[in-house]
Amino acid sequence: MNSFLIQIPFFPEQASNFAVEMDLFYLFLFALTGFFTVLIGVAAVYFLIKYRRRSQGEVPQQIEGHLTLEITWTVVPFVISMFIFAWGAKLYYQMYTDPTDALEIFVTGKQWMWRAQHPDGQREINELHVPLGRRVKLTMTSEDVIHSYYVPAFRTKTDVVPGRYTTTWFTPTKVGTYHLFCAEYCGTQHSGMIGSVVVLDYPDYQAWLRGVPRDKSPAEAGQQFFTSLACNNCHLEGNTGRGPSLQNLFGTEVRLADGSTVKADETYLRQSILNPGAKIVGGYANDMPTFQGLVTEEQVAMIIQYIKSIGPRPAGATTAPKPAAATPSPVAPVAPVAPAAPAAKPAAKPASASPATQQGEQPKQNR
Amino acid sequence: MASEELNRAEGRKNYLTNGTTVKSWLLTLDHKRIGLLYLFAITFFFFIGGIYASLIRLELVTPAGDLLTPEMYNRVFTMHGVTMIFFFLIPSIPAVLGNFCIPLMLGAKDVAFPRLNLMSWYVFMIGASLMLFTMLSGGIDTGWTFYPPYSSIYSNSQVTIAGVSIFVTGFSSILTGLNFMVTIHTMRAPGLTWFRLPLFIWAHYATSLIMVLGTPVIAITVLALAFERTLQIGIFDPKLGGDPILFQHMFWFYSHPAVYIMILPSMGVISELIATMTRKRIFGYNFVAFSSLAIAVFGFLVWGHHMFTTSQSMYTGLIFSLISYAVAIPSAIKTFNWTATIYKGSVAFDTPMIYALAFLGLFTVGGMTGLFLAALGLDVHLQDTYFVVAHFHYVMVGSAVIGFLGGLHYWWPKITGRKYSEALGRVSAIIIFVGFNLTFFPQFILGQLGMPRRYHAYVPEFQVLHVLSSAGASILAIGFIMPAFYLLYSLKYGEKAGANPWMAAGLEWQTPSPPPTENFTYQPVVTHEPYEFEQVPEIKQAREAELLRA
Repeated sequence: MNSFLIQIPFFPEQASNFAVEMDLFYLFLFALTGFFTVLIGVAAVYFLIKYRRRSQGEVPQQIEGHLTLEITWTVVPFVISMFIFAWGAKLYYQMYTDPTDALEIFVTGKQWMWRAQHPDGQREINELHVPLGRRVKLTMTSEDVIHSYYVPAFRTKTDVVPGRYTTTWFTPTKVGTYHLFCAEYCGTQHSGMIGSVVVLDYPDYQAWLRGVPRDKSPAEAGQQFFTSLACNNCHLEGNTGRGPSLQNLFGTEVRLADGSTVKADETYLRQSILNPGAKIVGGYANDMPTFQGLVTEEQVAMIIQYIKSIGPRPAGATTAPKPAAATPSPVAPVAPVAPAAPAAKPAAKPASASPATQQGEQPKQNR
Repeated sequence: MASEELNRAEGRKNYLTNGTTVKSWLLTLDHKRIGLLYLFAITFFFFIGGIYASLIRLELVTPAGDLLTPEMYNRVFTMHGVTMIFFFLIPSIPAVLGNFCIPLMLGAKDVAFPRLNLMSWYVFMIGASLMLFTMLSGGIDTGWTFYPPYSSIYSNSQVTIAGVSIFVTGFSSILTGLNFMVTIHTMRAPGLTWFRLPLFIWAHYATSLIMVLGTPVIAITVLALAFERTLQIGIFDPKLGGDPILFQHMFWFYSHPAVYIMILPSMGVISELIATMTRKRIFGYNFVAFSSLAIAVFGFLVWGHHMFTTSQSMYTGLIFSLISYAVAIPSAIKTFNWTATIYKGSVAFDTPMIYALAFLGLFTVGGMTGLFLAALGLDVHLQDTYFVVAHFHYVMVGSAVIGFLGGLHYWWPKITGRKYSEALGRVSAIIIFVGFNLTFFPQFILGQLGMPRRYHAYVPEFQVLHVLSSAGASILAIGFIMPAFYLLYSLKYGEKAGANPWMAAGLEWQTPSPPPTENFTYQPVVTHEPYEFEQVPEIKQAREAELLRA
């Protein structure tokens, strides 16, 4: 029986940047609440024994209350709970702050499987291969009902909601294979919507990238859809078409017809494809048809990847051009810590114009 | 004075013998009989819910889903939740013990609107019948939370009928809450000022407030869901232009306060039990009374803490987390005050006290683990795992059900006029306490290790803890079945209880057991605070008897 119980660990594996602090926080709360529970328990048991009824007719001295005590046990728990709040909020803030230079992977939940699209065109189902020490950002949506992407070893969980993008990020810190669970009840095979997240060190990850049959990269595939869905008929380069140009659009602020601005991120692009009338760009008519029902979530993700690939280069790359960024990737970032130059990725090569052209075109876009 | 009146009343008919036909029960306007009608209904649903729970625990003994099919399992856990929450926990203490005790404690003949009270029961039974029909036609598989678009579009089960059932049942809750509030405002005996009210009444007042203000929201929510499901009106499903997160906001706007509908009355019961069993006025009466109201008010402002992982804005998360800690404080105040009440008391260990102590222990654990879940970052890991399951069972079973059983054991002699076996009562309370902890404590560890809830099959490394939990559940089941037997047995063979077997100070103990239909044969006048044990004639008599013997 003893060895039987020893098999029960206290924490899941610590395999992400969040895990260590989260476990420390858990231990702190465990100690704190344990202390107060024992305190109340010991006091209660002591009183129960000491003041047990000794004769049927006794009536103890009555005590009205004690104001100082009341204030103490109101203020002390309040102060402690504010400390807990602050620590929890700090962790939450870290999780909510979008990472820079992350490896961006699109994830689609569907009854009852997880699909992932890597930037280089690898696609996998119910598995996710990620490199050790690299920040990874997942942009997720669902084809049907609400799911939730939960990796206990990473201590991250984010609901995957139809009709919108949700994101999560982590930096894997330990090589291994970890559980991936769907944590939001999603129907009959909910408990079968599981898989694994595989953290590989750099050489293994490169080998994996090479070994997996590679489809067209999402951006390439997205470009094809862009043509086959006839998007390119209106979204001409240089704002000469019926729709605004999508060159150098991604990540910039777009001025809308109603005078407000919106950031051209994944969520905005997705909405503009599925519900084009929601946010009309200033100077254009509301005459784009909806593509709701004509494209799957995965195709939307690919089109967005394409738009991203023809977008401006990330600021980090232009302000600090590192030599590593220019060298071809296989030799470059051996260090597991997230490399600062995402341009090193062999990712977005398809339709992207040369950096120089992009820079040159930027002012035109900002008009 | 009162005791002479008591003697005169003993010979008369009591509320149980005053009319014995079925009609006299089904058309009764007596709050005590209506309380019993509710007792029959909710006990039935408690055992139905218990059967579903047993099936869940049996399935989870092995990692593979080998006992039930996935469809079956999903229906079983959903029906367990729906039955226990809407048809047992929410009506349990208010509709049974509240109905029975509130007029007695106020020195009133009945509630303010006796006909409305009977109507509440019929509305409840209509809702309950619809739910029984849902069960018999296969049940629903959406989880008790009914999240769309699964519930509105994808689920292949009787969601619409179940929704209508909950819609109807809600009105019973609203009417009962309304009735209680008016009763407490207008029917108090002469001299019974607000600060002379037993804390049971304060707790029920706060509960009624939530029932009246919160329940309409769940009614709107399930109605909207039914519209989307039957008429394809896009409210929640993104494919129809709706927003699935909107449903979660609406659902939890009621369902979080509903947690307080379940726990507040239980806290009221515990205050009565501890006062009587220690012969002490509740330490810090005002703080305990107002903390009930504070819980009722703050309880409406914390619903978003169920949604920290839904990608709601970070600032929304921050605000809901902050207010969630604020609502924890009144619960802490109550716990400290109950413990302080025992200090320098005269503690008896009768069955109700064992339940009260079990409540104190389990509620402390349930409340403390709430601090883990209200912490934003940590909740991301623990949300939707067995940690949450364990936490809310500690609050809903460990506290609300234990409070109900404690109250039932405490007022049983008043309700039936008979005493049950003290030995069996204490043993079953201890069995429940042990079985409960064995069932649900391992689930905290399961959740922390990452076991998601609502899983029909699971990865093998979780099996040890699941087996422990199922073993505990079998002990717990014995603890729950025992009272059914010895309480029924006491109806016929139990010792006569007399008016005041616990030597309690409340007004309800100053009338015979069982009370006459009109509750009191005289007009009670209140001249002192609720827990004045010096004034209890039975205690005086006991003291005189002891002096004589000495």
